[in-house]
Amino acid sequence: MIEKVIFYVFAGILLAAALLVITARNPVHSALSLVLVFFTSAALWLMAEAEFLGIALILVYVGAVMVLFLFVVMMLDINIAVMREGFSRYLPLGALVAVIMVLQMLLVIGAAGVDLSGFAEATNPALSETNNIRMLGNVLYTVYVYPFELAAMVLLLAIIAAIMLTLRRRGGTRHQDINKQVRTTKAERLRMVRMASEQKNEQ
Amino acid sequence: MTFEMPQFALAAPEIWLGVMACVVLVADLFDRSKDSRIAFFLTQFTFVVAIWLALSTHWGEGVQHTFNGMYISDNLAGLLKASMAALAALTVGYSRDYLLQRDLLKGEFFLLALIALLGMFVMASAASMLILYMGLELLSLSLYAMVAFDRDSRVGSEAAMKYFVLGALSSGMLLYGMSMIYGASGSLIITEIAATAASGQNGLLLAFGMTFVLVGVAFKFGAVPFHMWVPDVYQGAPTAVSAFLGSAPKIAALALFLRLLVEGLGDLHAQWQLMAIILAVGSLAVGNLFALMQTNLKRMFAYSTISHIGFLFLGLIAGTDEGYAAALFYAISYGIMSAGGFGMIILLSRRGFEADMIDDMRGLNDRHSGFALVMLLLMFSMTGIPGTVGFYAKWMVLQALVEAGLVWLAVLAVVFAVIGAFYYLRVLKSVYFERLEDPMPIEAAMGTRAAMMGTGGVVLLLGLFPGALIAVCRAAFGL
Repeated sequence: MIEKVIFYVFAGILLAAALLVITARNPVHSALSLVLVFFTSAALWLMAEAEFLGIALILVYVGAVMVLFLFVVMMLDINIAVMREGFSRYLPLGALVAVIMVLQMLLVIGAAGVDLSGFAEATNPALSETNNIRMLGNVLYTVYVYPFELAAMVLLLAIIAAIMLTLRRRGGTRHQDINKQVRTTKAERLRMVRMASEQKNEQ
Repeated sequence: MTFEMPQFALAAPEIWLGVMACVVLVADLFDRSKDSRIAFFLTQFTFVVAIWLALSTHWGEGVQHTFNGMYISDNLAGLLKASMAALAALTVGYSRDYLLQRDLLKGEFFLLALIALLGMFVMASAASMLILYMGLELLSLSLYAMVAFDRDSRVGSEAAMKYFVLGALSSGMLLYGMSMIYGASGSLIITEIAATAASGQNGLLLAFGMTFVLVGVAFKFGAVPFHMWVPDVYQGAPTAVSAFLGSAPKIAALALFLRLLVEGLGDLHAQWQLMAIILAVGSLAVGNLFALMQTNLKRMFAYSTISHIGFLFLGLIAGTDEGYAAALFYAISYGIMSAGGFGMIILLSRRGFEADMIDDMRGLNDRHSGFALVMLLLMFSMTGIPGTVGFYAKWMVLQALVEAGLVWLAVLAVVFAVIGAFYYLRVLKSVYFERLEDPMPIEAAMGTRAAMMGTGGVVLLLGLFPGALIAVCRAAFGL
């Protein structure tokens, strides 16, 4: 009973925060709401006895990704008002379409009467054996080694593509060329000007 | 879940590509030449070896599963991989001089092409929805980056952005459908999904998931009404990338369809048939009618792709092994024609001049009668005129349709093919009957010229002697 209450509290916070992510006017507020979303979903995972995933979510997403994200949001001076110009104008129509689609999908799934017998019965191993990390480690490099290695390739590709698209010399950008600075000579920087001495202007 | 040591040898083509991608990545670092020579030749060598590896590992070895049922090795995988690698080699061969002339050549281009091919290979022998999706992401991510390759081009960036957003949307659709199918069958493995579909259990939920999957696949194909990205991306991307994009990935999309909707959900054929008919008829109509109005050759090819995808779907609609073999033959022959078409644009272009308008084809016959003849063959082939490979592709699809009792659809397809003939022949009119005051000689590197002549030769040769390719396409489906 108490577990159910906790679940619904966390789920409610999760949904509210998710809504805030896309509706907040201030991008920093959006990012912070996203942190809350990750945090509450980690709590939900903990309740489902997936401790490792919950901890990894907090460590990786809250700890690293979102902090980086906040930095980016703060560094890039994005004019959010311009980006949101069409938001309220298209909101009613978009919301209507979304609601209709969700209703239609619910009707179909509701009518389907899902039969979950295809899934193996969830077993609850003795508490001493529920070591998430060990269980994941056992299958990650054995049963799921192929998709795991493919995921590694996807990450490698992401690195290559991101660097290829951003690392380039562009004319007109302001950057220091240390080589040039060191190699500079007096003639380039110093201009001797001969001028007559001036008298103080009379006021 | 019990673990068996995987038979790594069965995945030799993927392992080869993955290893060589890393080798090229490192080798390119030490390449001081301006034209990324080492990366280019290593990549082409990798492609050629991959063709051989795909055939020697998969062809004629029967159906084998490994990696706990996630990897399948069969004739179909072998043929798909060999044709994709061959097309990748051809289009990358076209791209080098194009990129070099425009100061765009970087080793990363070849690296992205390699990893894209790895993604296609993974899709071709995927026996699990998880693997299919991983392969698709490998392919799409490389393609997004390739489309944005020319960072200084505004249309290129716009095309990449559109491609990326719509691609992400379609991936979302596909994933949602997959999750529903997983919910209905309790497994990600294709054969187990097929067993659930055959038993009729959770039929409605499976059909629900199948609908989303079909939408996702149609997005990747660029079938109407999910075709919006195709013209902009084909036109905006550097021509070398359009050539790559228009050939091998279409075969990969077919692989996705065959593995997921034919092998996995083949028992739901009656349900996806009607949706596929809508996609096919829409693609034929929109593709052919819009292509009539284009003045930009790349955009015209984009709409012609859409119409060809419609034709390809007709083979899938038939739902017989003959139909699937016809669709496979169509995809391969279309890949060759498309690579040739974009190759011609590359051949005629030079730095600062893209040669991507139909008017730029004027007087090609006076400039070089050999290339004019190749263009004639390519356009005849796309139209489906006997003597070229395109004729047999259309003929096989129509035959499968008629055998499946869908005569009205076959008639409709022929009507649209006749409409399509107009814009292909209009290009030929420019090539042969419009003259230039001072025909300029064609400046193109020897490699591009040789590849162009080779493409024309293949189109003609396969048109005169299609028996072998038809036989292997049929053998891939056990016919």
